[in-house]
Amino acid sequence: MPSERPVETASPEGKIDRWPPPRRWRLDGRLRPFLPEVVDVVLLFLAFMVGASLSPYFLDVPFLLDSTTLYIEAAIMALGMTFVIISGNIDLSVASILALVATLMAVLHVELNVPMEVAIPIALILGTLLGALNGWLIARLRLPALAVTLATLALYRGLAQILLGDHSLSQFPQWFVGIDRVTVPGTPIPIVLIMFFVLAIVLGLLLHKTVFGRWVYTLGTSEEAARYSGIPVNRVKVAIFALNGLLAAIAGLIMVSRLAVARYDHARGLELDVITAVVLGGTSIYGGRGTIFGSTIAVFLVGFLRTGLGVANVKAESQLAVVGTLLIIAVIASNVIARFSRLRG
Amino acid sequence: MTVSNLRGSQQSSTLAVRLARIREAAIVALLFIIIAAVTAIDPRFLSSFNIRSILLWVPLLTVVAMGEMMVIIIRGIDVSVGAILGFAGIVVGMIFRDNPGFNIYLGTLLGILIGAALGAINGVLIAWVKIPPVITTLGTLSVYRGFVFIVSDGRQIDPNHIPTELIRWSQRGPFGSQLIPWVVVIALAVAALAYLFLRYTKTGRNVYALGSNPDAAALRGIPVSRTQFIVYTTTGALAGLAGILYASRYGFVNPGETGVGFELTVIAAVVLGGTNVFGGSGSVIGTVLGCLLLGTINVALAVLGVAATWQLAIYGIVILLTVIVDAIIQRQIRRLITGE
Repeated sequence: MPSERPVETASPEGKIDRWPPPRRWRLDGRLRPFLPEVVDVVLLFLAFMVGASLSPYFLDVPFLLDSTTLYIEAAIMALGMTFVIISGNIDLSVASILALVATLMAVLHVELNVPMEVAIPIALILGTLLGALNGWLIARLRLPALAVTLATLALYRGLAQILLGDHSLSQFPQWFVGIDRVTVPGTPIPIVLIMFFVLAIVLGLLLHKTVFGRWVYTLGTSEEAARYSGIPVNRVKVAIFALNGLLAAIAGLIMVSRLAVARYDHARGLELDVITAVVLGGTSIYGGRGTIFGSTIAVFLVGFLRTGLGVANVKAESQLAVVGTLLIIAVIASNVIARFSRLRG
Repeated sequence: MTVSNLRGSQQSSTLAVRLARIREAAIVALLFIIIAAVTAIDPRFLSSFNIRSILLWVPLLTVVAMGEMMVIIIRGIDVSVGAILGFAGIVVGMIFRDNPGFNIYLGTLLGILIGAALGAINGVLIAWVKIPPVITTLGTLSVYRGFVFIVSDGRQIDPNHIPTELIRWSQRGPFGSQLIPWVVVIALAVAALAYLFLRYTKTGRNVYALGSNPDAAALRGIPVSRTQFIVYTTTGALAGLAGILYASRYGFVNPGETGVGFELTVIAAVVLGGTNVFGGSGSVIGTVLGCLLLGTINVALAVLGVAATWQLAIYGIVILLTVIVDAIIQRQIRRLITGE
């Protein structure tokens, strides 16, 4: 029957229509571009249910809120990493920036008697500069982000190790220590969680509502196109990496406050959790796509997973295997989703 | 236009070859300068003990560097080699522990096969599932390391469980020579095989073609995915072999120590040896020299009394400086060729 075969006809605008129109798998039309984020929200609910079924203590709200402080550093770093990966780059050195900033601040305060009020701003500036150095090498010398940040991964942590060796410094003032135990008065909500959400909202506005944010996406979609359309590519890159460094520094301060101690091996390997969360959050590893909302959801997904595994007495080393698997599955899933929406969309 | 382009590309290729020679000569020169300088400060540096410790440090590195070099030539990266080394070491170590008198050659073969299997997983994910190499190997690094702990239950393989015959590989060499132990001979053999493979086999040539221009390689009918798979599997196999050599060299295998961070050392040596981080070029001789140079630096620092805490920072500096200097030189050459 000829009428049932697809026939291609040209519409007046020259567009080719297929008749009958291909049957479309419909999520709500408006949500379709955000399929990865929708999947994340569903997964988050699933994680809750699995966690709750594994242990009766899991759904204890104060416990859950309290447990967020354990991975708040990774969460904050994931916000900056979202910018980096959307722009088509990668930063393997974040955990090392965290360690170097934490170490340097501790050395300044404990060994050189610099007051905390001065040491903290210096630490934040240092983090920004370390990130900016990554960005400068990548942008100015056009080196691969991978090679540069792999080198600084070793270099920054190596410097922290030179500074502190195998010692740990812990003589911090009382007001600085234990930020994770401070809650919003009258509620069990930790103050660091509020800090994270404030940062997420500010950075979300920066990424999604400003020209700078659009530049980040353009850079990730096509760097060449970005150059030809007059975007200051080099400066944007340096800014992205500097922002990432600043967030790593903030995370470093929180970690020192939380653990009340500074060591060179703080956060070793944490870049895995950070990158996993960002990729799981729907940011394309090839650049050009991603949202702060997705990363935020995914951060809690990875965090709850780790908490759940911890509650279920799974050792930290075995958790590593789970997070690594999750990273690979996340990329495969995002590739599948991308192909799916390209075919049907 | 076409003729001048042709000449340009010919010129650049001979220039590239000449440059690689200069690069290798520079490493050798640097090697001699370091040896001379350190010997001048402390004459004990050239003692047979120190030479032995360099010669014992380098083989492990060289074996894995041969694979990592090929990976970087095809524009990839493999950060999971340290974890593969640890996994092969711990599994074979456990077999030795639980079956006293187990044939060490069979054990070595088993180590290589385990490494190859783990490398093949990387290869499948990168070549056919099309996950970027960094992400793949960052993920498998954690998975393999996690399994090292799970399989071994966090327990170390103690020296008394490693066959003495295996440990002797690091103590005695051919004809009972003490200066050049068997592990050095094994590393040299691996390097020689890598040299022949990259120079005279079709797959070896494909490795360079793929690294120089992946699109052109695909258009010319070079099996891109298969070549990638072979390279990552080989790298895994070599890391597996290195796991056995580790057990021989150090006499123990520790789940939290063996091969941790080894990928950085290997990548530092490969980059130092002149392999281009943008892919497409790199030589076996250069990489061997890079390993030797890094090993000499390491022992020299110990002799000069620089604390071991400096090691990591030095690897970082080595990678960073080499990459920067290479990029600047390359840009100058491109300018020279295009005549800008």
